[in-house]
Amino acid sequence: MGLLDIIAARRSDLGPPPAPSTVVDESVFATKALAKFLTTLTARRAPVLLDLGPVVGSNVTYFGEQLGCKIFVEDIYADLDRHVRERKVESLPGFLLKRFPQADSSVDGILCWDLIDYLDRESAQALATQLMRVLRPDGALLGFFGTAQPRDMNYTKYVIVDDVALRHRQYSAARGRQAILLNRDIIRLFSGLRVSDSFLLKNNTREILFRKPTTQP
Amino acid sequence: MWKRDEAVRPASGPTNVPPAPAPVAAGSPGLRPEASHSMEKDIVNIGKSVVIKGELNGSEDLTIEGHVEGTIQLRDHVLTIGPNGRIKAQVFAKAVIVLGEVTGNVTASDKVDIRDNGSVDGDIISPRVAIAEGAHFRGSVDMQRKPAPVAQAVKPAATAAAQPQAPLPQAAAQSQTPMAAARN
Repeated sequence: MGLLDIIAARRSDLGPPPAPSTVVDESVFATKALAKFLTTLTARRAPVLLDLGPVVGSNVTYFGEQLGCKIFVEDIYADLDRHVRERKVESLPGFLLKRFPQADSSVDGILCWDLIDYLDRESAQALATQLMRVLRPDGALLGFFGTAQPRDMNYTKYVIVDDVALRHRQYSAARGRQAILLNRDIIRLFSGLRVSDSFLLKNNTREILFRKPTTQP
Repeated sequence: MWKRDEAVRPASGPTNVPPAPAPVAAGSPGLRPEASHSMEKDIVNIGKSVVIKGELNGSEDLTIEGHVEGTIQLRDHVLTIGPNGRIKAQVFAKAVIVLGEVTGNVTASDKVDIRDNGSVDGDIISPRVAIAEGAHFRGSVDMQRKPAPVAQAVKPAATAAAQPQAPLPQAAAQSQTPMAAARN
């Protein structure tokens, strides 16, 4: 438990009960691929990072202050939630195809987290197409993929503890995971990229690090 | 309830002062009475009902609770967008504290602080950025230390040196097993 957690706990003891939060659960898990992802970023000067998850202040500080990244925060989970709530999920693939304002080959690293698991096949392909477009040659994309379909309807906010640990902070989602992809489906999805590293964690998460091949002369 | 307030009052504090000084403005809690009195002149508050369209320049700290559209420039001072503040503007300040809503790019020479329930839709350029849990942000964050505007003509050679050394981690592999990537 960190100092901030202790202070927060004391504050909650003194004041009125906090308003109901959407945060459901928090746990810290090991990560193997994040360290390799960070290595690809640090090899560049002023790397550009695209984060597809909700904004996490400490992550922004980590990437911005420690790694000198320029960070784009594009919360696709929020877009997905909005489409589900407004009952227009069928328009999500088209939306995703126009979602990213970034120029072609302008991003050094993409944090895709476990977003693909929550998308239908068509939306996942639209997203993958756009991510492959904006990723720079030799850039890296980090994705997490489940191996079992949990019944709960939660997203996970990934808070970087350090380069080998992530805090999983769950919060409520409009819908759950859609499908568990086989490795070959994931590779087909990102057909323009090559798998650089792949790990199966004890919590049954597959961490896959993709790299975009440099164009041949 | 009142006895508890007495109990938490610091023993070294004055005993004959009024129970609690009235707050001067949002964003300046905890000031001593004499300090808040001297600060009163330096903090300007734009109230909830005020709507400003155009360019807003200033050389003192400013708190906005109303609506502003256009450009806000407080180059050497702190801009606080209060919980009721709604900004559609390009913002330039020394420090920006957001408790309300900002749509537009924010540039601060010192710090941008998006508090809980604060919202920024736009790009942030600042050497330090703090985003609280529960805050909304969409856009980009650039924390590269830029040279001061006056010194811009002289190209800084130390920009690269100012970049912090990134960790090159050796991952602890105790809990994972490598997986064949193309097993399927």
